Amino acid sequence: MLSIKNLHASVEDKQILNGLNLEIKAGEVHAIMGPNGSGKSTLSQVLAGNEAFEVTEGEVTFNGDNLLDLATEERAREGIFLAFQYPVEIPGVSNLQFLRTSVNAMRKHNGIEDMNAAEFMKLAKEVSKQVDLDPAFLKRGVNEGFSGGEKKRNEIMQALLLKPKLAILDETDSGLDIDALKVVADGVNALRAPDRAILMITHYQRLLDHIVPDYVHVLSEGKIIKSGGPELALELEAKGYGWLGIDDQAAANHG
Amino acid sequence: MATTDEEVRELIKREYEHGFVTEIESDTFEPGLNEDVIRRLSELKQEPEFMLEWRLKAYRRWLEMEEPEWAHVNYPQVKFDDISYYSAPKRPEDMPQSLDEVDPELLKTYEKLGIPLHERAKLAGVAVDAVFDSVSVVTTFKEPLEKAGVIFCPISEALQKHPELIKKYLGSVVPVADNYYAALNSAVFSDGSFVYIPPGVRCPLELSTYFRINAANTGQFERTLIIADVGSYVSYLEGCTAPMRDENQLHAAVVELVLLDDAQIKYSTVQNWYPGDENGKGGIYNFVTKRAACTGKNSKVSWTQVETGSAITWKYPSCILRGDNSVGEFYSVALTHNYQQADTGTKMIHIGKNTKSTVISKGISAGRSSNAYRGLVKFNPGAEGARNFTQCDSLLIGDRCGAHTFPYIESKNKSAIVEHEATTSKVSDEQMFLCRQRGIEPEQAVSMIVNGFCKEVFKELPMEFAVEAGKLLEVSLEGSVG
Repeated sequence: MLSIKNLHASVEDKQILNGLNLEIKAGEVHAIMGPNGSGKSTLSQVLAGNEAFEVTEGEVTFNGDNLLDLATEERAREGIFLAFQYPVEIPGVSNLQFLRTSVNAMRKHNGIEDMNAAEFMKLAKEVSKQVDLDPAFLKRGVNEGFSGGEKKRNEIMQALLLKPKLAILDETDSGLDIDALKVVADGVNALRAPDRAILMITHYQRLLDHIVPDYVHVLSEGKIIKSGGPELALELEAKGYGWLGIDDQAAANHG
Repeated sequence: MATTDEEVRELIKREYEHGFVTEIESDTFEPGLNEDVIRRLSELKQEPEFMLEWRLKAYRRWLEMEEPEWAHVNYPQVKFDDISYYSAPKRPEDMPQSLDEVDPELLKTYEKLGIPLHERAKLAGVAVDAVFDSVSVVTTFKEPLEKAGVIFCPISEALQKHPELIKKYLGSVVPVADNYYAALNSAVFSDGSFVYIPPGVRCPLELSTYFRINAANTGQFERTLIIADVGSYVSYLEGCTAPMRDENQLHAAVVELVLLDDAQIKYSTVQNWYPGDENGKGGIYNFVTKRAACTGKNSKVSWTQVETGSAITWKYPSCILRGDNSVGEFYSVALTHNYQQADTGTKMIHIGKNTKSTVISKGISAGRSSNAYRGLVKFNPGAEGARNFTQCDSLLIGDRCGAHTFPYIESKNKSAIVEHEATTSKVSDEQMFLCRQRGIEPEQAVSMIVNGFCKEVFKELPMEFAVEAGKLLEVSLEGSVG
């Protein structure tokens, strides 16, 4: 589904990704771990098409198409979803309006007619319950006055609503207490499907207790330096990053 | 990949949709202004003697006045002698008695403008007075209004039929020499709308006026006077358009609202005068004086405006809160793009006890435009227990535009309470990225973000107007992404 070859990318002239390779197939769940500054979030931003990041070398194909040729919104409509680490607020625009605009943009792309307001309301209410959000939140402004946990649950709710082919979760576990983590993990597990891939970016093992990945990759200085199964995450939990030759204070933050 | 500069330029080129010129025969005065022009104008309109005297007084005061320069706008000096002060669609006979007698070309113009005349008016339940260049051409729905005792007619007609009301109220809110452009308007205004709502009457229809400048080198100086008698209510809407012309055209209107005890007026404007092209060429100079006098106790006036047009806007709809417990409200969305300049805001003058005012101003700047809020909140010594709440928000799109806020507060009463909140924000790259990551087109994303920003004001507009305003913002913003 997703094939990344020798990807180099920079932001504000600072080189972050240095020849990253990754293959993801439909139905798989991949976790990318690594210390701060290793390029985890950059990878997610580059895949989603954030124009602040520049791809300087390499190629990315998504279901056979050159992903780097597509604009952000086109990638989204092709099925790439990014759950943001820090979801931004859009004051005065209700969640309901935002989500319906988004769902209808996807439907239009797929040649399906718009969903009307009543129909959408019903669907949105159902999905919001799945991530334990009070449906009243639909009337509030996008992320406006949301707690950290509500913002993250809102992101997962959007993934459930939009049914992407590839869901990229950028540190969706950060800032969550244990109960909220459970709700978010349940939401992510509900996303798992044979025709859908999930790429989780995380700093901590604890998310992986709830969502068991098929593959774990360790990212350092913009490259994947080690890949393995779920046991690799446990090993990192126990030993930190030092044994992989990563000289980073992140080991101190770890856990 | 990204929206390229070229695409953006294409979008910017989208033409002003009301920029057509109507081919109709007009009677137009030769350019220039002197006392003879005013006498001819007054004679042509068969005005009573007092009106001519009033105009001449205004003209003489105007000659002594200086063009104001304090506003945060830049433009070459207006050449008042190059302007024609009267232009009217030519009619073979007298005033048309029904729509059937109106020049079909003119009706077509109104159709193009989307004005709900004829059956459409009935469906919409809106009574329309349409001012074309200098004269009022048609007023619909006279009958049901007359039945309710409401007078809604061109001000030139009111001068003939109700001279006592004009004599009593014209200039009572905006005196002839109030300011430079108001004085000019008083001297040369040719038409406009007149509304009188009798005591205890709730006007059965929303009243509406559409203004259109058609002829080249003409100024439009309309005058609107609305009187809401004791315990009455009226909602009044105005819309404005003009053709695309390379030269700038002057529009200097005066609107006076008078509210007696327990009266209420809701005045809504969607202003879409031609803003000039993407290089800042052409467009309307919109120098307008709008003021409401809440002379009666418990009266309430609301100004709601959506300003997207004009090369330059200079406009401060104000409220004089003289009656005890009277309420003034100002809700404004001002959007500037390309090289447009807007200096707009309000004045809330608290004179009576327990008077209250609310100001919600939303300024949106895109392109290389400049957008200023200028507001005065004043409490006179007698304004015991008066209160004001002001909120001024500015939204910037791109990095070549400017937003400014000039709030003035003068309080001579210790019990008065004033609250002021101001914010400036940008349509951020993060917001755009979030929307686009969810599959939303960049143009649609900007429009959605801007509409969200304006929500508090839009909800004050009558329903159909709110929809129109949302669409207008969308069109006005096209090409702002990049």
